[in-house]
Amino acid sequence: MSVFEGFKFRKVSSVVHDLDPRIKFFFVSVLFVMAILFTKLISLTILFFVPLPFVFMAHVSRQWLRSLRGAMFLAIFIFATNFIFGYFYPTSFQQITPPVDTLMEYLVILERAAAMTLRFVVLIASFSVFFLTTSPDHLGLALQQSHIPYEFCFAFTTAVRFVPVLADEAQTIMDAQKARGLELERGNLLKRVRNYIPVLIPLIVNAIRRSLELAESMESRAWGASKKRTNLYALKLKRADYILFTVSVLMLVLAVYVWLYVSIPSLTALLSL
Amino acid sequence: MLEVKDLYFSYPTGLEALKGINLTVDDGEFLAVMGQNGAGKTTLVKHFNGLLKPTKGEVLVDGVSTQDVSVAKLARNVGFVFQNPDHQLFSETVEDEIAFALKNFGFEASVIEKQIDWALNLLDITQYRKTSPFMLSGGERKRVALASILAWDPKVIILDEPTIGQDHQQKEKLQQFIMQLNAQKKTVVVVTHDVEFVAECNPRVILMTQGKILVDGKAEKILTNPKVLAQASIVPPQITKIFLELADLGLPTDVIDVHEATKILLNRLRNRS
Repeated sequence: MSVFEGFKFRKVSSVVHDLDPRIKFFFVSVLFVMAILFTKLISLTILFFVPLPFVFMAHVSRQWLRSLRGAMFLAIFIFATNFIFGYFYPTSFQQITPPVDTLMEYLVILERAAAMTLRFVVLIASFSVFFLTTSPDHLGLALQQSHIPYEFCFAFTTAVRFVPVLADEAQTIMDAQKARGLELERGNLLKRVRNYIPVLIPLIVNAIRRSLELAESMESRAWGASKKRTNLYALKLKRADYILFTVSVLMLVLAVYVWLYVSIPSLTALLSL
Repeated sequence: MLEVKDLYFSYPTGLEALKGINLTVDDGEFLAVMGQNGAGKTTLVKHFNGLLKPTKGEVLVDGVSTQDVSVAKLARNVGFVFQNPDHQLFSETVEDEIAFALKNFGFEASVIEKQIDWALNLLDITQYRKTSPFMLSGGERKRVALASILAWDPKVIILDEPTIGQDHQQKEKLQQFIMQLNAQKKTVVVVTHDVEFVAECNPRVILMTQGKILVDGKAEKILTNPKVLAQASIVPPQITKIFLELADLGLPTDVIDVHEATKILLNRLRNRS
């Protein structure tokens, strides 16, 4: 569940927390696009370091590291599948003439697998910073001020808000079933998947129950009574927001330029020189 | 049976929930763990079946440290009934729900059948044998949850907030049932806020505040000390409050039991007339 911890908003006073969520989301989206554009290990490694200053400035390094640790299992899975597929289907690599037998060919496949894993890590790392430093309320406000219908904004922010709640509940359910002798990590892969049924059923049933209760409580408080909803707070762009926006645009332009006109060498190619 | 030695526990968030707890619970003892929200009551009892492992210190169950033993192994002797039955119910029928733990512990089919009958009878839910647990009322679901723990006849039974959400009649039945379990030499640990319930049962009480044990003793001593109770945000039982208010009339101030109070008042009235 530690991966969810890395997406749970922490109320801390910092420059990053005070940034406008729209600009922060734009910045994270730029990182997302860049991570998709580049496939080389070198460029993705550089990209990994981009959100780090934000992590330190926001004082959320511990939670951020926890989200990375939580994503470790999936990262290993991505690495393993990329390596296995690269080994058995090496035709996508220009440098390799099947079958894979030389050390250099192995290194090429390894580098690609590492790059794909790092791409996933970059995505987790950047979105984790965004969610750790943006309250669901601000997020909803940002969506509303971007002229998205309130119903959608509410559904989105509620979903985000309930992720950590569901994570806590999942933990309690796991504890309750473990207390009845359930060993989640026991047996082969199929058995382990089946072990989670006693956790998933109460989790889903409770989530449905909670959503019905939430709907009733909202209707009791005049949800949808007026088409024209007012807000207590309004988001306003500040200097730091304009700076981050400019930096994000420059990063995007630079990334597209590099993608179009610069050939980034692979680490294996550099080593073989 | 249960031995807690200098127990410290911190959650991954950094919150130090237990600070140097020392406690021994003997075989067949009835212990109530009381205190305000966040005092560390549930955190403490979750150490008794290994759901939580000490950050520092040691917890021994039957002389065995919980540190190196799985929850499933400890659960065989220590049954834990969670506060919310909806955190554990998942089966299609009440019968399957009770069989779940018995199957996990590897009981034979004939024993499972016998134990199901016994547990259904014990909790007076035989008529719901083939009913879905999700179709039952809150009180009935609580009884199913309790039956699913008692079915394997653990030596220690931990109940987390057993009286929450129960109507008066159910509460009284539950109280009698818990007393009956204790009379059968079961070690019973109850986590509760409910002073009236504790007053009726008159067990040994530990009062917790901010991760420490504030006071340890018989219920009639602790629940009649408003100063100590106030430190844990607890108020004395109603009957004690009345007797404390009327202390000037020479009434005793250490009464927690309604029947005892009635006797004292009747004697007074008889003497006067």
